Amino acid sequence: MSGIIGKKIGMTSVYGADGRNVACTLIEAGPCVVTQVKNEEGDGYKAVQLAYDERKEKNTPKAMKGHFERASTTPKKKLVEFRNFRVEFENEVGLGDEIKVADVFAEGDFLDAIGTSKGKGFQGVVKRHNFAGVGQSTHGQHNRERAPGSIGGASYPARVFKGMRMAGRDGGNRVKVTNLEVMKIYPEHNLILISGSIPGAKNSYVILEK
Amino acid sequence: MSDLLKIVEAEYAEKKAAFPDFKAGDTVNVHVKIKEGNKERVQQYKGTVIQRRNSGLNETFTVRKISGGVGVERIFPVLSPSIEKVEVLRKGKVRRARLFYLRGRQGKAARIKEKL
Repeated sequence: MSGIIGKKIGMTSVYGADGRNVACTLIEAGPCVVTQVKNEEGDGYKAVQLAYDERKEKNTPKAMKGHFERASTTPKKKLVEFRNFRVEFENEVGLGDEIKVADVFAEGDFLDAIGTSKGKGFQGVVKRHNFAGVGQSTHGQHNRERAPGSIGGASYPARVFKGMRMAGRDGGNRVKVTNLEVMKIYPEHNLILISGSIPGAKNSYVILEK
Repeated sequence: MSDLLKIVEAEYAEKKAAFPDFKAGDTVNVHVKIKEGNKERVQQYKGTVIQRRNSGLNETFTVRKISGGVGVERIFPVLSPSIEKVEVLRKGKVRRARLFYLRGRQGKAARIKEKL
């Protein structure tokens, strides 16, 4: 699997080849630096670690500084490991190599995007788990229109089962959206335009996988 | 808007600038490309512009006409690739930007004075 790390810029819409107006997300992707190459012998599996987004020297722990120095690059904020990165070019990817959008993706490709969804705070069961709610406001439904209802039996089993869907913190999860089309690539600006929406706020990190 | 988004939208700037200037009240003839199987032909749609809506890439205009005694309204995105060209036939003199009042009118009452 190959991929790249990027930042969500925002959404717009463009006209596709068939004349349809397609909602798109613009992502500033790369350039990323290879900071570690893992192989079968030493690590038990093949993978490539990419780093993205400049980080201030003073905010970087010494241990990480050493890690970046080994790849002879400046400190970065986001590190992501890709297993079996570009299998066909396995030997070509070396420590310190720069990976750009156009190296990984081409227009018309389909990719998966991973982001962290926007935090929603403490939410009830209707928003968080798509419960239907009570469904009516009369017939004795005093202020319980969005209540969860029964959460199980009484004296047997005399407990609430683990994983029972209830109200709580919503959002802020890692979400993957699959099969998004690459509409356009702007190699000179490190930009990639992808059909559809992508989880997360603007300026949040997005991992693009092929 | 982010500067980077402008890079994407710049692609359409030229087309937008070349688009004829018309407002609500004007009579236009829109040449629409229509796909029938593999063939593509151009259909003309003539009527009164009753509104222009949104801005930038999302701008649209609504054209109203009476077809066979029935009022028809069609919404066209300004940048739609299926619009071949738009001819402005007549400039109308109107006092508002949205001419929804035309919907309740017919014949003589639905006329718009020409702006000379």
